Amino acid sequence: MDYATSFGLVIPELVLTGAGLVLLMIAAFGGEKSSRLVSILAAVALGAAGALTLPALIDGAGGEATMAFYQQFSADAFASFAKLLVYIAAIACLMIAPGFFGRLRAMRPEYPVLVLFATLGMSIMVSATDLMTLYIGLELNSLAAYVLASFLRNDSRSAEAGLKYFVLGALASGILLYGMSLTYGFTGTTSFAGIRLAQEAGLSTGALFGLIFVLAGLAFKISAVPFHMWTPDVYEGAPTPVTTFFATAPKVAAIALTARVALDAFGSQADAWRQIVIFAALASIVVGALGAIGQNNLKRLLAYSSINNVGFILIGLAAATAEGASAMLFYLAIYVVMSLGSFVAVLMLRNGDGENLETFDDIAGLSSTRPGIAWCLLIMMFSLAGIPPLMGFFAKLEVFRAVVEAGLIPLAVIGIAASVIGAFYYIKFVKVMFFDEAVNRATKSASASQWAILVICAILISPLGWFLTRGLEMMTDTAAAGLFAGV
Amino acid sequence: MEGLPILSLMLLVPLVGAVLCMFVNASTARWVALIATLIDLLLGIALWASFDIGGAQWQFTERADLFAGFQYALGIDGIALMLIMLSVFLMPICILASWTSVTRRVGEYMAAFLVMELLMIGVFAAQDILLFYIFFEAGLIPMYLIIGIWGGADRIYASFKFFLYTLLGSVVMLIAMLWMVNEAGTGDIPTLLQYDFAPEAQTWLWLAFFASFAVKMPMWPVHTWLPAAHVQAPTAGSVILAGVLLKLGGYGFIRFSLPMFPEASAQFMWLVFGLSMIAVVVTSLIALVQHDMKKLIAYSSVAHMAIVTAGLFAFNAQGIEGAMVMMLSHGLVSGALFLCVGVIYDRLHTREIERYGGLAINMPRYAVFFLLFTMASIGLPGTSGFVAEFISLAGVYRASSTTTFVLTTGIILGAGYMLYLYRRVVFGEQKNADAAAMPDLNPREWLMLAPVAAAVLWMGVYPESFLAPMRGDIAAIEARIARAAPPSDADLVVGQPRAHEANYIEGEHDADHGAAEGEHAEAAGEEH
Repeated sequence: MDYATSFGLVIPELVLTGAGLVLLMIAAFGGEKSSRLVSILAAVALGAAGALTLPALIDGAGGEATMAFYQQFSADAFASFAKLLVYIAAIACLMIAPGFFGRLRAMRPEYPVLVLFATLGMSIMVSATDLMTLYIGLELNSLAAYVLASFLRNDSRSAEAGLKYFVLGALASGILLYGMSLTYGFTGTTSFAGIRLAQEAGLSTGALFGLIFVLAGLAFKISAVPFHMWTPDVYEGAPTPVTTFFATAPKVAAIALTARVALDAFGSQADAWRQIVIFAALASIVVGALGAIGQNNLKRLLAYSSINNVGFILIGLAAATAEGASAMLFYLAIYVVMSLGSFVAVLMLRNGDGENLETFDDIAGLSSTRPGIAWCLLIMMFSLAGIPPLMGFFAKLEVFRAVVEAGLIPLAVIGIAASVIGAFYYIKFVKVMFFDEAVNRATKSASASQWAILVICAILISPLGWFLTRGLEMMTDTAAAGLFAGV
Repeated sequence: MEGLPILSLMLLVPLVGAVLCMFVNASTARWVALIATLIDLLLGIALWASFDIGGAQWQFTERADLFAGFQYALGIDGIALMLIMLSVFLMPICILASWTSVTRRVGEYMAAFLVMELLMIGVFAAQDILLFYIFFEAGLIPMYLIIGIWGGADRIYASFKFFLYTLLGSVVMLIAMLWMVNEAGTGDIPTLLQYDFAPEAQTWLWLAFFASFAVKMPMWPVHTWLPAAHVQAPTAGSVILAGVLLKLGGYGFIRFSLPMFPEASAQFMWLVFGLSMIAVVVTSLIALVQHDMKKLIAYSSVAHMAIVTAGLFAFNAQGIEGAMVMMLSHGLVSGALFLCVGVIYDRLHTREIERYGGLAINMPRYAVFFLLFTMASIGLPGTSGFVAEFISLAGVYRASSTTTFVLTTGIILGAGYMLYLYRRVVFGEQKNADAAAMPDLNPREWLMLAPVAAAVLWMGVYPESFLAPMRGDIAAIEARIARAAPPSDADLVVGQPRAHEANYIEGEHDADHGAAEGEHAEAAGEEH
């Protein structure tokens, strides 16, 4: 393994690093005027990185050949799929931002730069095959994310969100580090392959503690119950484009990372972590559903909805099979589209003064005043509730199919029964928009790029998305095979 | 079947209509919807005409692979054909029923109805178990909107109840379906119909399907969403609910529960009979005390559906045939009764029985139609209701005479509440001036009610037209479930001849063996 090959494998990350550093300079010297240019260049860099990572997915790369830097980094098909999702989500979040920050005169070039660095961190996370790489990626992402959360520095809610995210995030990182040190102590290595090899004979109690702490730290990042408490506050307080970003890209990265840790590093001890994952999954579904019922703020509601969705994704992980991993990625892709769509729709609701509306009272009767947004939101909500023929149903179908094939019938039954609780607040959303008297508050028209993203998301989620599903399924299968190729 | 993919076409026409309706103004939307449903009706008639009775079990099959291992597979047998006919027959009538009464958001309303039509045809035509589920569940979205947007005062409660009830019922069925697909290696319904699942697994699968179909049916005690939904839905929504949506449960039993899990069905026969008996008596009694016309008819629907479930689980062809005729008949009759309610509701905007009275005086033609449908609901000979009740009860009698006895009381109670309703609304004094001033049927209402009346009489006089296409399929189901059929209590049992004459008194002829054991008594008999 020479360095040239290694550098060849990390080209997407190199592009992002280079672009990030250059754009930081442009931002520093160009000031606020440069924000548009920096945004466009950042999106181009993300697109380029995406194009560079695509071949690995198409070839179905996996195993030893994709390892870079002495097995610290893997550019396999699995990572490639996750990276593509992350990049696409990040580009979308760059596109919707100017319309939001422009009104507040807060569109600074640092926003795209921070998004770029956060994305770089996620890119490293999903490729990590060593605890050290994992931590570097995670922290790079988190530090950028803390700043993004408090990006509206004059807004106290935003500042509070950033601080809260930072304090709790640091705590979670500590837990994660502790788990990693225990794992290292009991296995003598930080490489995932080494950890798996060391545990093939059995899991000592100390190593089990390490596993639990690592999973707890990661559960915080994916906001799975019982480490979800920060999510509603941060999602509500952070500026909506940033919330959109949090709900999509980092979630993909953290879940992909969790999957790799569970299936690769601790892959030989699936029984040890399965019960933890099952608990987290069911608890997330139930808490996410119950917590959302009383919410009046749409962003908080969507935060609980994302907790709820993480539960379903974890159900796919609990299967601990290639089908389960594939189903998980399938769900993730559809989840990203649904989240993007619903947050963008919320972002587009503005009153005559251009202020953002974010409570149920504001969107009453939206279907008669703004039918376009209302119908798109209707599609998103029914899809999130998992009603066929929308794509959200197929996401759940794939996950539950994997679980049933793995023989975990009780998990499937409880999980799907709990999903009905979640349906309550999704249809409440529809009820407020369609059945209630119109208040006509959302009068301000939205920007073209926001419309474009919303409409694309709605089309992808609608039955028209069926045409793409076969391709998506092939990709997720390839990606999952890539993950299991090294195992 | 080669040639025109007629089933896909039947799905496509309402879809195109629905998309069009979303973008045109109110009056155009009405015409678009009417034309789309009429085209579908014509296609349905063509379907029936070219259906080969006694031919292959599955006809008009179409097949295309989709993603996620399931197929776009369509195809119908006689049972599905009849239910599709019912749907396409009722649809244009529903559109006519909402012609003037719906004034708000007409385009969206018509689109929702056309989507409903598409989904219902899809449910009956689906040959892949997951495709079936998709059509089955997707109906929640348009129905939720129909009740919620265009419904009555308490529509929000009703729409939530409808949605959550039916969703909770269905989701567990999805897991069961996934398990079956995994076990049998295919989601193809004709193949699954021949697959023998282990009896232990059948129990669980049956319960999972039961949860869904019992809610859709609806069976007592999970029927409570129905009166709420019916009362709040607009007239056409009620017609579709009663006419077709309630048939999904029965169709599910006939397509999945019975032939796929015969052993479990036999095991749970008494559960179904018990619930049916309770439903018939209890909901009929509830119907007697209603003040709201729609609620009364809704409860009568629950009672009629109970006869369907009992007939289905009688484990003989007669019971299943009767249940099928009952479903068709009930679809027509209760749909027509809701239309009748809708006619006077449009004039007076109340469903309160007390507000009406003496309608026979100012609306004689309406009174005749209402009378016909009332009689059909009671089951008067000559109407479809009689055929339905007679065949299904005859079938149930062969399984259990006690059950039949209880179900028959429901018929008497049914006559009670329907005639009582009719008397209060149509006969008697004209109590209110506004009710007395209502004009008789207009041509549009004639167009709605006359075809249904004709169909009711046709089915009552010559049910063979409807039974013939289904006979072969019902025989196939009967053959499939025969191995598990429980013993009947109504068959004649040939007894053992007694050893002695009737007036034989033990011990009389041989005092020594007075209180002897059996063998001694036998010996005594031989001596004798």
